[in-house]
Amino acid sequence: MSIPPPPFSGPPAGTPRLELSGITKRYPSVVANDGINLKVGPGEIHAVLGENGAGKSTLMKIIYGAVQADAGQIQWNGREVVVANPAEARRLGIGMVFQHFSLFETLSVVENIALALDEPFDLKALAVRVKEVSTRYGLPLDPDRLVHSLSVGERQRVEIVRCLLQQPQLLILDEPTSVLTPQAVQKLFETLRRLAAEGVSILYISHKLHEIQSLCHSATVMRGGKVTGTATPSRETPASLARMMIGRELPVCEVPAYTGIATPALTVHKLSLVPDDPFGTRLQDIELEVHRGEILGIAGISGNGQAELLAALSGETTGTPEAVKLVGLPVGHLDAGRRRKHGLAFVPEERLGRGAVPSMSLADNATLTAQRQGLVKKGFLRPKAAWEFAKACIDRFDVRCGGPGAAARSLSGGNLQKFIVGREIMQQPIAMVVAQPTWGVDVGAAAFLRQTLIDLSRQGVAILVISEELEELFEICDRIAVLAEGRLGPAVPKAETNAEKIGMQMSGLFAPADKEPAHAPA
Amino acid sequence: MPLLEPRPTPSARMRLLSPLIAIGLTLAVGSLLFLSLGKNPVEAFTVFFIQPLSSGNGWSELMVKAGPLILIAQGLAIGFRARIYNIGAEGQLIVGALAGGGVAIAFDGVDAWWVLPLMVVAGAIGGALWGAVPALLKTRFNAEETLTTLMLTYIASFTLSYMVNGPWRDPEGMNFPQSIMFGDPALFSPWFEGMRVNASILIATVASIAFWIFTSRSFLAYQLTVGGLAPAAARYAGFSAQRTVWVSLVLSGLTAGIAGVGEVAGPVGQLNLNISPGYGFAAIIVAYLGRLNAVGIVLAGLLMALLYLGGEAAQVALQLPAAITGLFQGMLLFFLLGADVFVDYRLKPRPKPAYA
Repeated sequence: MSIPPPPFSGPPAGTPRLELSGITKRYPSVVANDGINLKVGPGEIHAVLGENGAGKSTLMKIIYGAVQADAGQIQWNGREVVVANPAEARRLGIGMVFQHFSLFETLSVVENIALALDEPFDLKALAVRVKEVSTRYGLPLDPDRLVHSLSVGERQRVEIVRCLLQQPQLLILDEPTSVLTPQAVQKLFETLRRLAAEGVSILYISHKLHEIQSLCHSATVMRGGKVTGTATPSRETPASLARMMIGRELPVCEVPAYTGIATPALTVHKLSLVPDDPFGTRLQDIELEVHRGEILGIAGISGNGQAELLAALSGETTGTPEAVKLVGLPVGHLDAGRRRKHGLAFVPEERLGRGAVPSMSLADNATLTAQRQGLVKKGFLRPKAAWEFAKACIDRFDVRCGGPGAAARSLSGGNLQKFIVGREIMQQPIAMVVAQPTWGVDVGAAAFLRQTLIDLSRQGVAILVISEELEELFEICDRIAVLAEGRLGPAVPKAETNAEKIGMQMSGLFAPADKEPAHAPA
Repeated sequence: MPLLEPRPTPSARMRLLSPLIAIGLTLAVGSLLFLSLGKNPVEAFTVFFIQPLSSGNGWSELMVKAGPLILIAQGLAIGFRARIYNIGAEGQLIVGALAGGGVAIAFDGVDAWWVLPLMVVAGAIGGALWGAVPALLKTRFNAEETLTTLMLTYIASFTLSYMVNGPWRDPEGMNFPQSIMFGDPALFSPWFEGMRVNASILIATVASIAFWIFTSRSFLAYQLTVGGLAPAAARYAGFSAQRTVWVSLVLSGLTAGIAGVGEVAGPVGQLNLNISPGYGFAAIIVAYLGRLNAVGIVLAGLLMALLYLGGEAAQVALQLPAAITGLFQGMLLFFLLGADVFVDYRLKPRPKPAYA
């Protein structure tokens, strides 16, 4: 194999590629980084592990020059530097792959890459280089394809290739696997190992313990803006890593059996939908049935019709009456408010701006959906009732906040999610649809939310959960179906499937699975 | 690179203070303006803000001008909260005046108590219909209401011009573009001899109280506010976006229409081409200066009315051009918008240069 020389002129042996000392960044309300020390050697895959809000992303932005630290030093190959902006970082040889991609959907792969280059370019030559680099690192890409036709995994490849073209000595990846199928995760890991073998240092941000254990040489654990420890992941257990990350044992959910009668509560039949958004996904003949007492999980990567399906279920998009039924009652033509009246509750993925009005108090946000619980009388608001409703929700669901008068945006993601879930549960729904229940939520709150959903289902409520986190679905669901490219696969009991099978379906390999629903060979 | 970045938590106190900051800046820049025109600022401000209020008639005039401004602004604020930007209140005022004036002309010579109430109702309906047109255009064709309401203002204004030049021209008016002078049954009678203040100010007062209750207590206003603050949350809750459009535009058209009747049945006393000194547009500033809050709008309306009076006084006493009123209104709006930007955003420090 003719591998060109490693893309870095090595520093003297023993000098770390990157060394941070005493990095501190204060925001008006929080110290995001408090005296952070971190060392990464050449060719080292180094994990930065921590919960949401631990300060990982701020630290990475400081390294990449997108944010300036208030105090502390950055040593790059043994020399002290100030990284004033991302362009400066790229000149130094630091590349970053962001969690949320910044690609233009109407442009081709090579055009998108060209836009991000700091130097002048020739599109044709660049296309050749893109092809070269992408094949060399096992990230196949067609430079001329338009980005909107790419899957999320392919889009991530564009971002990675974009970084690799700059021949980085340090590559930062922020939660790179949250959008990938299990198979794509393995592919990505191969690429990263290969890069490391060539001497590229990698900073790998994640909260997924098993990934870090299988990939990373070393780890820095952060909690509350501080480094709480460093570890060699292969010598730790998930439990010991979790202890470092959250400061206590990893909570586990209890899943009791449902003792009631499982009758269908939410039924979707022949739901097809052409989205208004030109880059949206078309839903094709969706069939599903959620029974009382069960949690049905829908796995799949965002952008495969999740947003469209959710809107069609909640009533934010309406269609034919028979497409969605609530305990036999056709509700497909009703708006969200009317469906809620018939017993459908919905927790959206976006908490601020959709599930709650950011600038309004929790009491006012209670009225948003719980108006039928006596919070509105004869067209007039009943602020006292709303206040009490919010208070009850805060107490019952352990929402940490400044009380019912606190603005929704002042709450952390986890606490706001508890409030929204609580608000919906307190309306005593027959069926509940929940999108990304623990997205951006810390481990403690996530466990609480999962347990809450399980308990609710065992009281006879039908729950549909749409999530990108496979582990989460396997933890709380009774049956799991996969949504890929706007088509929903059959719902399979959890015990009869596994992450690998689900992963196959996520990549859109339905055809065999359709004929052989539950036992498709992996 | 943008020079402004959003503040993590915009201060509620600064949001309330920003109108005061805007007023202060307007006064400061106004002083410079007066200085550059060779006028003593202290004297000029006395003429502008003190003199108009040093007589009973001055207070009466203040009410006469504040009434329509407050009434229109209350209606507009409902829509602005829902982010429906009706900037054609001037047109709705004119159509209201035409409808009310039409009633007065049709029943000229009829001495009955119901003529004036009928005029008010006709004006309300006229204004509401003129607001309903852009609502229909928006809900049916997704036409931007900022454009349609403004364009409809021109149509209203030319319609008025046609009516007072043609069908409704006073035969004894020496060919001036104006209607007959309305009879007493079609006029709000002045409360005091020699002053123009009349019962129409009561309409603005009652409307302010009604809007205060509506905005602070009604579920409908809550829905409109949610629609303005977070459209996705309104959809999620199942609040109708179409209803928001209709309620906002019809309600603001209605109040503007009533204000139009207040003018033709009050200080003007007939239909002519000068029935409004731009109240429909000035009320936009009043609504924002009053923080879209019913009580705030009353205060802002009084201030804006004072600007009108001060402008007139400045023309007489200081020989300043009539544009001075518009200049002060414009400065006030400019500084208010500027202050509001800094409530929500702050200046971003420029990043330091590369290597240390």
